[in-house]
Amino acid sequence: MKLKLLALCLGGCLGLQAADWPQFRGPNGNGFSDETSVPTDLHVARNLAWKTDLPGAGLSSPIIIGDRVFVTCSGGLKQQRLYVICFNAADGKKIWERQFWATGRTMCHEKTSVAAPTPASDGRHVVAIFSSGDAVCLDLDGNLLWFRGLGRDYPNASNSLGLSSSLVVADGVVVAQVENESESFTAGLDVLTGTNRWKLDRPKDANWTSPVLLKNSPYSLVVIQCSKGVIAVEPATGKTVWEYAEGGSSVPSSTPSGGVLYVPSRGLTALQPGIGGEKPKQLWQANQLRPGTPSPVVVGEKIFALNDGGVLTCGETATGKRLWQLRLKGPFSATPVAAGVFLYCVSEKGVAQVVDTSKPEGEVVSELELGETILSTPSISSGAIYFRSNSRLWKIRKS
Amino acid sequence: MSNRKNDSLLVKLSLGILSVVLSFASASANPPPEIAEPLKMIRAVGPEGRGNREASAAWKKLSESKAAMLLPILEAMDGANDYALNWLRAAFDAIASRELSSGAKLPLPELGKFLLDTRHNPRARRLAFELIGRVDPSTTDKLLVGMLNDPSLEIRLDAVQKAIDQAGQSLAASNNVGATLLFQQALSAARDARQIDDIANKLKDLGQPVDLPKHFGFLTEWKVIGPFDNTGNKGFETAFPPEQKIDFAAEYDGKTGKVRWQDYVSQHKYGMVDMNQPCGKLKEVTAYATMDFTSDRAQPVELRLGGKNSWKVWLNGKLLFSRDEYHANAEIDQYPMPAQLQAGRNTILVKVCQNHQVEKWTNEWEFQLRITDALGTPIVSAVQAGAEEARGAANNSPRNN
Repeated sequence: MKLKLLALCLGGCLGLQAADWPQFRGPNGNGFSDETSVPTDLHVARNLAWKTDLPGAGLSSPIIIGDRVFVTCSGGLKQQRLYVICFNAADGKKIWERQFWATGRTMCHEKTSVAAPTPASDGRHVVAIFSSGDAVCLDLDGNLLWFRGLGRDYPNASNSLGLSSSLVVADGVVVAQVENESESFTAGLDVLTGTNRWKLDRPKDANWTSPVLLKNSPYSLVVIQCSKGVIAVEPATGKTVWEYAEGGSSVPSSTPSGGVLYVPSRGLTALQPGIGGEKPKQLWQANQLRPGTPSPVVVGEKIFALNDGGVLTCGETATGKRLWQLRLKGPFSATPVAAGVFLYCVSEKGVAQVVDTSKPEGEVVSELELGETILSTPSISSGAIYFRSNSRLWKIRKS
Repeated sequence: MSNRKNDSLLVKLSLGILSVVLSFASASANPPPEIAEPLKMIRAVGPEGRGNREASAAWKKLSESKAAMLLPILEAMDGANDYALNWLRAAFDAIASRELSSGAKLPLPELGKFLLDTRHNPRARRLAFELIGRVDPSTTDKLLVGMLNDPSLEIRLDAVQKAIDQAGQSLAASNNVGATLLFQQALSAARDARQIDDIANKLKDLGQPVDLPKHFGFLTEWKVIGPFDNTGNKGFETAFPPEQKIDFAAEYDGKTGKVRWQDYVSQHKYGMVDMNQPCGKLKEVTAYATMDFTSDRAQPVELRLGGKNSWKVWLNGKLLFSRDEYHANAEIDQYPMPAQLQAGRNTILVKVCQNHQVEKWTNEWEFQLRITDALGTPIVSAVQAGAEEARGAANNSPRNN
């Protein structure tokens, strides 16, 4: 009972609840939800709670805090209009909307958009960043707490194809990866003021990966990945605690699960960080598990790598051994998310496919045609799954 | 809203503009006392989060204001930096949304007057335009007709689009002469590269091709020299002789032998200066291009560069900006650089680098450059303008009739 009270108190202090989906790939940054009431038989007539129009494009995922859904978009002349919108999770009605003007470059590849990075929340603040380097922090009611123009402050911090690294918030710091070929850095911004708590020079390489939080250390560490490998830093100070320098992908991000970090490096590499912050031990390296644009996902004792064409490869988390492959209807950009034993994969053509990973060779048990291009990773909260396209947001839940 | 009401608003807007013009300076300088301090706090924000903490408290207070404060917030945008503009617009949006949903009366005539006074901040005027449009879209639609040359690029974009649509309707009605005139009017006002391309394609179909390099004002006549070495991309930071002194008579050791300055004229549709042409298709190389631009007066301008290669630009020996990125993406006006032209001759020097990549999509070794005002209106060298004027006079002389 005391433990429960302590957990509730901590949860309240931290501001996050169990059902919240506060960042890219959910509360643990790995796309997995332990919710059991997410629908597995997707059907618009039965499962659509609501859908709503969005005022602009975006690849960012919705994040959900309590009964509110937050989405970012970009639109207007040269996508210089940046949106942060709050919807009521119950009925999809807009609660508030804030718009900003980009202060940095908005040029990006036609397939992506300025609203590519997913915002993040500590339960009290919603922090959004855009490809232009503009970052805003609002409270849950839309009150503006701070604004930063990282692309204005650091004029060569941009990528002409667009930036897409999502944010994480830990220990009162927002970690923003602004890594590119020119003025490349990762910064820790004070969540209360937006000022730099630290700023690390980073390799001059195009990089679209997102930071992830490792929670199994005595204190949290943020893992920052690039083509050289990964580093783990203290969120409060930016101090590098350990480094893995055997290379890494610049597109799919690492996946933390069960105390192990699965890094898209030479296929996939499983690293087990020491609990005292020691350099991680390499558990295995699997060339046959090679994610494309989507990041890997762990479901129980299985790890999944989805390539851009739609081949889903299942491997063993313990050894990296390949178990089976399943062809889905591709192509894919969005990272799958998982609830229980089910994997939710949405193709660029807007076909959501539910894979039952408990079947011996995996099996697609349901499909839902959303009818629009979708490059955004879905989100899960309170038994519902959210999809977003460049013009719409859907909430799908059990009938 | 009825047409009568629309007309009424338009009349009010027209009558009100004079009084706004007269009160322009004092309105911005003297905001209502209840929001003077929050506005001051917000206008003090700056780079790297400077002033954010104070601005946050000020924003909360400001955003709780009534509709009457919408205009002073817009006025506070005059002269505000880009960080402050975002704080102010967020407060404006918050108040406007709340007041609209509560059914409160908005100060539409005052917002309209603000909109029509083009000396105000263009983005603030766009906010006024959008808020009026939320209440009375037919009026803003009518206003667009007279806003083709508006200093707000967003308003101008909409006005040009309206003109394009009207030209399209003439075209659909087989009124080619009318369509041509309307497209030409839209082209003259357009500053957005996509709209310009769209209009140029339509005019080409109508037998009126547009000289795009001239229309955009790309600088096409250069002297170029290269290749110099850029192995390992180190040439980007290496100051080769043209960075020390521009001497057209000089000869230097280049990467593949002796190099000297040569004339280059771009024939590219979008004014690309393609270094593969004078230097050969090489990798890990760098080259320079220079030209003199004559300005009839000292004036603030923007040098606007587009390209996929790493580059540096100097104006009269001063480095304006440099960019170390290869083969990501390119577009017209990708990098606008504010600069000050001096009266008379201005020397522009561009360094453009090629890296080691061998994929087909990495063949480009080029840049495009133009000089414009802050809106993107091309500024032509006085020498070029004089030559064109002389050509025009010669063509119009009785001898040639």
